[in-house]
Amino acid sequence: MSRAGTIARRTFLFGAVAITGGVAFGVWQIRKDPPNPLKTAAGETALSPFVLIDAEGVTLIAPRAEMGQGVQTTWAALLAEELDIAWEDVRVLHGPPAKAYYNSAMVAEGLPGKGYDTSEFQHSLGESLGGIGKLMDLQVTGGSTSMRDGFERMRVAGATAREMLKAAAAQRLGLDVTQLGTENGAVVSPDGTRLPYPDLAEDAARLSPPDIELRPQSEWRYLGRTMPRLDMVSKSTGTATFGIDVRQPDMRFASLRMNPAQGGAMLNFDATAAQAMPGVEKIVDLDTGVAVIATNTWTAIRAVNSIDVHWGPALYPDSTEAIFGTIAAAFDADANSTMRDDGDADSLPDAATTIEAEYRVPFLAHAAMEPMNATARISADGLELWCGNQSPLFVQTHCADAAGIDAERVTVHTPFMGGGFGRRGEVDVAVLATRIAMALPGTAVQTVWSREEDMRHDFYRPGAIARMRGAVANGTAVMLDAQVAAPNVTAQALTRWSGFAPPGPDKTTVDGLFNQPYGIPNYRVRGHIADLAVPVGFWRSVGASHNGFFHESFIDELAHAAGADPLAFRLSLVRDVHAPSAGVLEAVRDMSGWTGDTPEGVGRGVALCHSFGTPVAQVIELRQTDAGIRIADAWIACDVGTALDPGNIEAQMTGGMIYGLSAALHGEITFKNGAVQQGNFPDYDSLRMSGSPKVAVKVLETNRFLGGVGEPGTPPAAPALANALFDLTGIRARELPLKHQFSFVT
Amino acid sequence: MSTRITVNGTEHEVDLAEDMPLLWVLRDVLNLTGTKFGCGVASCGACTVQIDGQAVRSCVMPLGQVSGAITTIEGLGTPEAPSALQQAWIDHQVAQCGYCQSGQIVQAAALLAELPDPTDEQIDAAMAGNLCRCGTYPRIRAAIHAAAQRSGS
Repeated sequence: MSRAGTIARRTFLFGAVAITGGVAFGVWQIRKDPPNPLKTAAGETALSPFVLIDAEGVTLIAPRAEMGQGVQTTWAALLAEELDIAWEDVRVLHGPPAKAYYNSAMVAEGLPGKGYDTSEFQHSLGESLGGIGKLMDLQVTGGSTSMRDGFERMRVAGATAREMLKAAAAQRLGLDVTQLGTENGAVVSPDGTRLPYPDLAEDAARLSPPDIELRPQSEWRYLGRTMPRLDMVSKSTGTATFGIDVRQPDMRFASLRMNPAQGGAMLNFDATAAQAMPGVEKIVDLDTGVAVIATNTWTAIRAVNSIDVHWGPALYPDSTEAIFGTIAAAFDADANSTMRDDGDADSLPDAATTIEAEYRVPFLAHAAMEPMNATARISADGLELWCGNQSPLFVQTHCADAAGIDAERVTVHTPFMGGGFGRRGEVDVAVLATRIAMALPGTAVQTVWSREEDMRHDFYRPGAIARMRGAVANGTAVMLDAQVAAPNVTAQALTRWSGFAPPGPDKTTVDGLFNQPYGIPNYRVRGHIADLAVPVGFWRSVGASHNGFFHESFIDELAHAAGADPLAFRLSLVRDVHAPSAGVLEAVRDMSGWTGDTPEGVGRGVALCHSFGTPVAQVIELRQTDAGIRIADAWIACDVGTALDPGNIEAQMTGGMIYGLSAALHGEITFKNGAVQQGNFPDYDSLRMSGSPKVAVKVLETNRFLGGVGEPGTPPAAPALANALFDLTGIRARELPLKHQFSFVT
Repeated sequence: MSTRITVNGTEHEVDLAEDMPLLWVLRDVLNLTGTKFGCGVASCGACTVQIDGQAVRSCVMPLGQVSGAITTIEGLGTPEAPSALQQAWIDHQVAQCGYCQSGQIVQAAALLAELPDPTDEQIDAAMAGNLCRCGTYPRIRAAIHAAAQRSGS
């Protein structure tokens, strides 16, 4: 427990807390915490940026955005575990944008280590570097980092607040603090006297934070158990407020159309017809697009679609073929990275059999269920903004620039998100809504994108091509030489956020390819960057979403070339490298009753991918039916180290896999004349209930460090499916989506 | 023009274009935001409401063609008193992002009214028009079965 003590000292060193108007806490690196962002009103006391106590009770601040992954529930559980409050009394808020809420795990996730081979030293390095996140405005929800970020910080925050409340009670009762306990929101004395936290908060805030010890896992009451999600009742009764549900007095509704040839200019437009529509109040020229403000969303969408616009050309090649030509050409240039180079991939052992294959995946949209939207009101008081988003500090600063005001005058509310998947880390939605609202000062204007606009102005999962070479001898893999070419997501996203992207080797392009736990003696992975202005961004599991497919499909090809069972082949290569990865393979083998043989009309495939700190194996079983190929069953095993909320992890693994299967079957964004051809669910479909498998999930806890859960379920889905298709049909799928090659029950 | 509609037992008189889809009447005029906009073309089911017990995609249902009593997610139950089906959703911890769940629940309620104890195949057929990008389908199926068992027992 000495480690927790150290962290407490570091984080709360200058932690004496003032009352009205916010407080500064001590922290490492610059030895001073970012200012406490909670502007406390009279009668409220901020004990840390994560705990707010007023006369009503305790409110926990979970400044990670809830987009379905359950983060607010588990962050609340981390705080409540140490603070001792009853689950039914837990209230949670997202809180304002603030540097104090930086994501300490995000920077560590970007380090070029393989992930599965993390040593204690690398783990500490990641934790120390995490402080940099604070300087980079990284209050970001993403990268499957929330639990790794909050696991210790939130418990320390809860424990520190508890000990300060106990110390205040000890002073008041004239007792030694060791005589006191805590229970359900109150300090309890030996004679049973209960002092509720709200009665102690002001006194506690005047005390110095003591060193604390975190409770051992054996004493946990909330963590390690499936907790009822705090948002479940509201989401089951239509009462949860998503961004699109924000309602303000006398508000207006807007919709927009940006150049479908993305990034291109708007030459001119004629809005005569729109202007004449009843309910239309204003046409707004956005330079590269146009918006209509009206009395309701339907009128705004119809009116903006009636505007006759002449658009300039796109800033990238104008067809899918030409775009993939640019991606393929990237192989001709020097590699951007060689992040793995074990042995010698250029010379082959005697008697080895070599195989080569080229794989290709398309661009993909996020297609969150809630179309992009934001509500903004600009007034003499500044800008008030309601926008489901994964990066509130970036939203705040970019919208301040758009409005020409200081960032402190921008209030950002982060309501629930109807899906994020990476799309809502971008600031474009909030900035455009701000610019539209500036046309109607003093009035709240909600800008809602049509589904078509949402799909045609995304930041896509990049299209990518992989060239794979491998060799087998004596039933095992002796060489794997993988090259991938794709546009650079990281460089684009960082440039959009902060105007700058560091040069050098890019990890994201090869993530899921160079860092897989296989012991192949000659093993090389190179990444090539395609210089393309097609907007690309973070899409659930990012690089691993395509590289998982490339790597695990080709491993399957190697297994068949070696005449080996695909699961046993993987196990023998993984076992000595990373035991938890072997463990998840063994788990799906046992869960599925894998024998290596499938009867006629049944196909099975397996895949393994280590991403975001968590190894995940999946087995998928297909059945040939008269109506087509049915994805009948799926078995998932993951090893997350410590399962903080097993039920939520099961949900994330299932959902992550279904998201990956949807993309593998249906997902495809194509371009014609510079514009995205797909516009709505009929041409960008997803798995539906009728096409979804029965799913069984096993959560293992042998990994040394806590792993992520929101994304690692996605990468193994496509290769497990493609490998099952090979088993069923003998046809090797090397290009997605699979609907072009196979007929499925949907 | 002036139209009378009954939503969750309350009658409203609205002065709106006849071709305005019911979805936007509910959301932007009556402020019943539980019913969601997802696609606008009846392909995702997020906007599902019931008209006289039949599941209908409100995003393509013109106001002028509504004849019958409308029930939205708000009319099925409340946080304090959820319906048995909503309670099954809560018990099975179905929702992730939650955005599609209003439509899923209203669709499932219509299914159970017609088939009190549906098979997996009947559930699949009835729910195939309701998209969930979070992939909550296994828990939706379990919740529907549980609600059927509860009302049948």
